[in-house]
Amino acid sequence: MKFEQASPPNPIDQERVVTRPFTRIEGPLKVSGQAPYAYEYGLPEAPTYGFVLGAGIAHGRVTRIDTTQAEAAPGVLLVLTHENMPAQARSDTPVPQQREASPQLSGPEIRHYHQAVAFVVAETFEQARAAANLIEVEYEVTPGQFTLADTVDSGKEPKDAVDSVVGDFESAFADAAATVDLTFTTPDQSQAPMEPHATIAQWDGDQLTVHTAHQVVHWVRRGLALTLNVPQKDVRVVAAFIGGGFGTKLLFFSDAVLSAAAARLLGRPVKTTLHRPLIFNNTSHRAATIQRVRLGADPDGTLHAVGHDTWTGNLPGGDSEPACEQTKYLYGGEHRQIRTRQSELDLPPGASMRAPGEAVGMLALEGAMDELAEKLGLDPVELRLRNDVQFDPEKGPKRPFSSRRLAAALRTGAKAFGWDDRPRAPRERQDGEWYVGYGVASAFRTNLVMPSGATVRLNPGGTLTVETQMTDIGTGSYTVLAQVAAEMLGLDLNQVEVKLGDSDFPQASGSGGSWGANSSSAGVYAACDELRRDLAQKAGYQSANAVFRGGKVWQGAECTELSELAGKGGVEATARMTYGDLTEQFMQAGFGAHFVEVGVNAHTGEVRVRRALSVVAAGRILNPVTARSQCLGGMTMGIGSALMEALHVDHDLGLFVNHDLGEYHVPVHADIPDLDVLFLDELDDQSSPLRAKGVGELGISGVGAAVANAVYNASGVRVRDFPITLDKILAGWDD
Amino acid sequence: MRAFSYTRADTPQAAAQAAEATGTKFIAGGTNLLDLMKLDIEQPSRLVDVSRLNLRDVTDTPDGGLHVGALVTNTDLANHPRVKADYAVLTRAIVAGASGQIRNKATTGGNLLQRARCPYFYDTNLPCNKRDPGTGCAALRGLSRTLAVIGTSDACIAQHPSDMAVALRVLDATVSTLKPDGTARTLTLDEFYRLPEDTPHLETTLEPGELITGVTLPPPVGGTHLYRKVRDRASYAFALVSVAAIVDGDRVRVAFGGVAPRPWRVPDAEDAYAQAKADGRADALIDRAFEGARPTEENAFKVPLLRRTLKAVLAQAGQEAQA
Amino acid sequence: MTQSPQAPSGADLPRLPVTLSVNGETHELTIDPRVTLLDTLREHLHLTGTKKGCDHGQCGACTVLLDGQRVLSCLTLAVMHDGQSVTTVEGLGTPDHLHPLQDAFVRHDGYQCGYCTPGQLCSSVGTLDEIARGVPSHVTADLDAVTFSAEELRERLSGNICRCAAYPNIIAAVTEVHAAGDGA
Repeated sequence: MKFEQASPPNPIDQERVVTRPFTRIEGPLKVSGQAPYAYEYGLPEAPTYGFVLGAGIAHGRVTRIDTTQAEAAPGVLLVLTHENMPAQARSDTPVPQQREASPQLSGPEIRHYHQAVAFVVAETFEQARAAANLIEVEYEVTPGQFTLADTVDSGKEPKDAVDSVVGDFESAFADAAATVDLTFTTPDQSQAPMEPHATIAQWDGDQLTVHTAHQVVHWVRRGLALTLNVPQKDVRVVAAFIGGGFGTKLLFFSDAVLSAAAARLLGRPVKTTLHRPLIFNNTSHRAATIQRVRLGADPDGTLHAVGHDTWTGNLPGGDSEPACEQTKYLYGGEHRQIRTRQSELDLPPGASMRAPGEAVGMLALEGAMDELAEKLGLDPVELRLRNDVQFDPEKGPKRPFSSRRLAAALRTGAKAFGWDDRPRAPRERQDGEWYVGYGVASAFRTNLVMPSGATVRLNPGGTLTVETQMTDIGTGSYTVLAQVAAEMLGLDLNQVEVKLGDSDFPQASGSGGSWGANSSSAGVYAACDELRRDLAQKAGYQSANAVFRGGKVWQGAECTELSELAGKGGVEATARMTYGDLTEQFMQAGFGAHFVEVGVNAHTGEVRVRRALSVVAAGRILNPVTARSQCLGGMTMGIGSALMEALHVDHDLGLFVNHDLGEYHVPVHADIPDLDVLFLDELDDQSSPLRAKGVGELGISGVGAAVANAVYNASGVRVRDFPITLDKILAGWDD
Repeated sequence: MRAFSYTRADTPQAAAQAAEATGTKFIAGGTNLLDLMKLDIEQPSRLVDVSRLNLRDVTDTPDGGLHVGALVTNTDLANHPRVKADYAVLTRAIVAGASGQIRNKATTGGNLLQRARCPYFYDTNLPCNKRDPGTGCAALRGLSRTLAVIGTSDACIAQHPSDMAVALRVLDATVSTLKPDGTARTLTLDEFYRLPEDTPHLETTLEPGELITGVTLPPPVGGTHLYRKVRDRASYAFALVSVAAIVDGDRVRVAFGGVAPRPWRVPDAEDAYAQAKADGRADALIDRAFEGARPTEENAFKVPLLRRTLKAVLAQAGQEAQA
Repeated sequence: MTQSPQAPSGADLPRLPVTLSVNGETHELTIDPRVTLLDTLREHLHLTGTKKGCDHGQCGACTVLLDGQRVLSCLTLAVMHDGQSVTTVEGLGTPDHLHPLQDAFVRHDGYQCGYCTPGQLCSSVGTLDEIARGVPSHVTADLDAVTFSAEELRERLSGNICRCAAYPNIIAAVTEVHAAGDGA
């Protein structure tokens, strides 16, 4: 099924099951510890345990590696290094890939700190870990470039973020009545899902099965097959439960590649978890940025010049952190200049983390909007309203937004939050020791759709089974897909069983870029649509007239029980949703507004979020329970990025030094008050038959800027060097 | 984690004797030692499990003070009625540290012995004189935001991470120990903790096998007890700075955490406070207590932060005294 | 004195006997003294409900109840707990017979990916007990009058990180169970 024109009315519009606040159908398994994550599958034979040893330098080469002691250690079955690693495919880049070959232990060169240099497999986890410490590695260190700020002149225009220039920005900026010209910096950040990257690999002859923690099953299947030089058909990937991803599990790392290679050599299953202190440097992270935002406006706030430059770095072949992306679309203005420059750094690989681009780009753009509003003496909400635009500002009215309720979100949020009651000047309001401030920012995230397929099977007895490679990384896929299938077939939710995350099922969108719920639901929709036709036909009805309700298919007053149509063998249909060019014809994005109240301690400069509201317009909200939770998660990660999250680079040694959860701070319970989320009614006919858009990243896109703007409103200090830690507030107070 | 032999001791004396041999460590709560063993930072060949020794009691001393067995958990100590009533700064400090789960396991003796949280100490690939003497101190020109500003040396700028110990210092608590030969000692915290100088790997004056048996709190001194901890997130983080204070009219006792290789208290500074004019007291105390501080560029904010935090504590004490 | 022989360098040491009561069932194990309580549960008893998030006491995912008190199972050795009893998330309830807290987590969506959830649950059980026993926390105003509040819960559960950030929903779930008086 191909979605290539605005969705006509369809069974989802009944909203009998979809849009209803069902709790997660897999919930009882998760809360009772019965949901198996990658490392937790029982095996027919005793497993062996892998342990990855990371490089102790950032840049250079291994000159000698002595595994003698490790190999002789009790229980040790195998020690792999670049010297004895079985043949693998090559890669042009040291950056692990989503779906291309990503070799490990491929040579003596060290491209980043904690790159795998050895892999120990032993009978027990304790033996493997102990033996890894017995490996002696000598290195030749060569100088590396670890400092983004030192490379801004060498940055090149990246292929994945080309310059976008419209009109004559420099002149318009020079002529503008009011301008801001501000530079922001954002640090490297870690996705830090609670489940570490983990894999169990086992071979049965030429057939490899990997249970692994991954967001997109067919990507890791392809990438792993290419890496190991085996046909994809011989690789089965299972990822039924994933303990969070946030982008890092879009790639596959040493746990997968090395467990698979070792399991083949040993003829036994190998299970490996990357130990937490390794993850921060060994796997992926969100790369740091330097961003300069220049805005030029009329005295009434109308923007004429919109400029955003981003400097970012990565290993050669790595993607850019596309922090300018939202600036192309969020506000009007006829003169625009949006550019990214990427330089080469010898830090660990940068890649996707929740809302690549927007999560940090919005910190800069929405901070600059707040400063412009102040300069103009305008309400920051009003400034945003005045620059709202219903079409892609680069392409003009010929490319409208498919749906865009930014203004409604701002207005609704302002009212619900009590924005009119905001302090008008810094340090105006105090509550005990705390200065109180309010901040606002828009929310924006491009809507992406991906092809996705599913099989639906009407079982004897009339229940339905959905099978798809789709993953549930906490996003609610199990529940949402069950709702879609129940809606389509006229069943109750508890009559639908959903099986996910197995490469034996039809290929699916997987989870990433907020495309998961909408895209995978569209895949299930397509399969259900086909099944409906088959069942109607079987009942002898015109499929166009058939209505599915109450476990029956109806034509007028006639009906047939689905259980009857299922017969003894059941009926199944498999289909796949693909897309035409609607994302080209229409700019598609989710919108919203964030409102935050903070306290800044008048003595110590500590910042605490006191309350926050996100108003979200993201098309049809398929399940308000799981969608709200996604927003809470995004808001919290955004609060973290504003106030505490930073991988600290040692600029001599070339690593992220604070590489554990004790020193890489993510928000804890005490940092997060009760948060509010409001969904606006919206249906997006151009996005999919579900009329939904992505929601998982809207929560993070902008909320940090609202925090920063609130910190200014409370304290009078503008911190543009994230995160906003108390030392920077104190420096602003200049004591 | 290297292989080790495991011994469970039945008496303190037996434990001390069993631990005298090189490479032996006591384990009680295990909340710091096992973390370090997993990272190969600690490599004991033998563990002596002291967790079942009869050192779990909190008892009144004849002079009205309190003796705390070394194995009293952080939770039990914080929740002891006499501690809450007479030594509230200790309760406040303990509950500001770690998490509920860790406090349920961590012991009084173990808390005193917890090791530095410097990120360079925590990675065996990196230079660290505390972990690997002679390799240098990478923190001096690296990530030092959280580290010490005073009492440091060119060899080490790690701070002592304990909250509990800061309160013990302000309370003039002493540490009781038992040596393998059966002799017992009592040490003040300044006698117990060494400054790093050029041997940062030596953190205490304990001798091989010497077992902490308990901590003694002198008779209560009254006053308003406060512990204020400033950190990068609201909970479950080590202190950037902390202030333990007992305020009683014009007299204060103040110890500082997060800023030195041991809980930092300068009695002269408390005298300077008493002698200064009312509006200059906090500054007088900080000026004296942190005279000679050698912060790095990254942690220079700690000295003004200490000043501000002390003022906040004194303001709070004033409010509590009024109430 | 209970003792294993001195370690020859580099070699494994003899395994030691340990008896644990887990969720009411007695297990007699012979185990490498290096095995943490966490890995004992997961790899030896195949009770994988208890999660390994960091293995270093920095996330709380491995929280279990040891003789009724919440502790981190990653930071203690199984051999140290001979004769003691452990309750894991599997011991709180089953999918068909959920503990009131488990049920409340489902109803309030107090989780997303589910990986930190067993730790949050065991920690919540321990926390409600600690509040009932009057154990003070960092946010307790009067040390002699510990009362239940959302602020108390947030502080006390701060050792359980949830990167999906179900925090508000977890607080709502635990608050409801506390109000109903059936969190034990």
